[in-house]
Amino acid sequence: MSDAVPARFVPGDRVTVRRSCPPGHLRTPFYARGASGVIERLCGAFANPEELAFNRPGLPAQPLYRVRFRQADLWDDYQGPERDTIEIEIYQHWLEAAP
Amino acid sequence: MSIHHDHDHPHAPPPDADTDLSYYQVLELAVTSLLTQKQVFSADEMRRQIEAMDARHPGLGGKLVARAWVDPAFKARALQDGSAAAREIGLEVGPLKLIVVENTPDVHNLVVCTLCSCYPRMLLGLPPDWYKSRAYRSRAVREPRAVLREFGTEIPDDIEVRVHDSTADMRYLVLPRRPAGTDGWAEDRLAALATRDSMVGVAVARSGQS
Repeated sequence: MSDAVPARFVPGDRVTVRRSCPPGHLRTPFYARGASGVIERLCGAFANPEELAFNRPGLPAQPLYRVRFRQADLWDDYQGPERDTIEIEIYQHWLEAAP
Repeated sequence: MSIHHDHDHPHAPPPDADTDLSYYQVLELAVTSLLTQKQVFSADEMRRQIEAMDARHPGLGGKLVARAWVDPAFKARALQDGSAAAREIGLEVGPLKLIVVENTPDVHNLVVCTLCSCYPRMLLGLPPDWYKSRAYRSRAVREPRAVLREFGTEIPDDIEVRVHDSTADMRYLVLPRRPAGTDGWAEDRLAALATRDSMVGVAVARSGQS
């Protein structure tokens, strides 16, 4: 997509999901907000669904990543081995570089 | 002698147990009615669209899985770009952005959509009711191993369970492990082992033993 925000992250980068609760249509699950994970891949750039939901063009398109988290980092009481993971699609404007 | 059937005259069957329409069912009927009256689409076009959706079935996904089992180069392409690989073998996937995730001796994949019910319909048809249930959507991310056990799928602790939450624009198909004892099988026969549940990841592929 030509009208797209440049990608800031590459696979392997550590990122943190913004802890934010704006009103509207959001596709960043609550359970991942504030959590840190690793970029698994860049999926491409897509019109921002938070804008599309209100019949606006959603441009410039936002890079979309798959971010891999350790389950143990998402749930304090996770019942399973340390190696278990979850991968979630998250748009770039929800991500910050993790320290 | 039963309470109700100690008589011998015929009587009307009990009434159907239809419940009242829910708020969203009423809304759907109203919107559909408006769209057809305003000729945005016709009732016939809507029916045909439903027919096309109903014609899709897990056998399509099974075809992709079977090809990946017999052709390592195809499997590599499918893991790289699922949509392109599906098109390559004649599967119509439309604008679907397909990601194929492979089960290995070290990783078992499970697909869920916590936000709604995103599902690779072009390759698996309509999702089962449980996939759309709040219980599956909330529990698959939080206690995937307990959910898997309820499906009869026990994943040992030395295998990573990797959940995929389809929160945005991608759709996921699990490439299950090829069952033992299927060497030399034809693709059609292999495809029947790749069940819907195994491609969602709540189960493993059907055994090759009869």
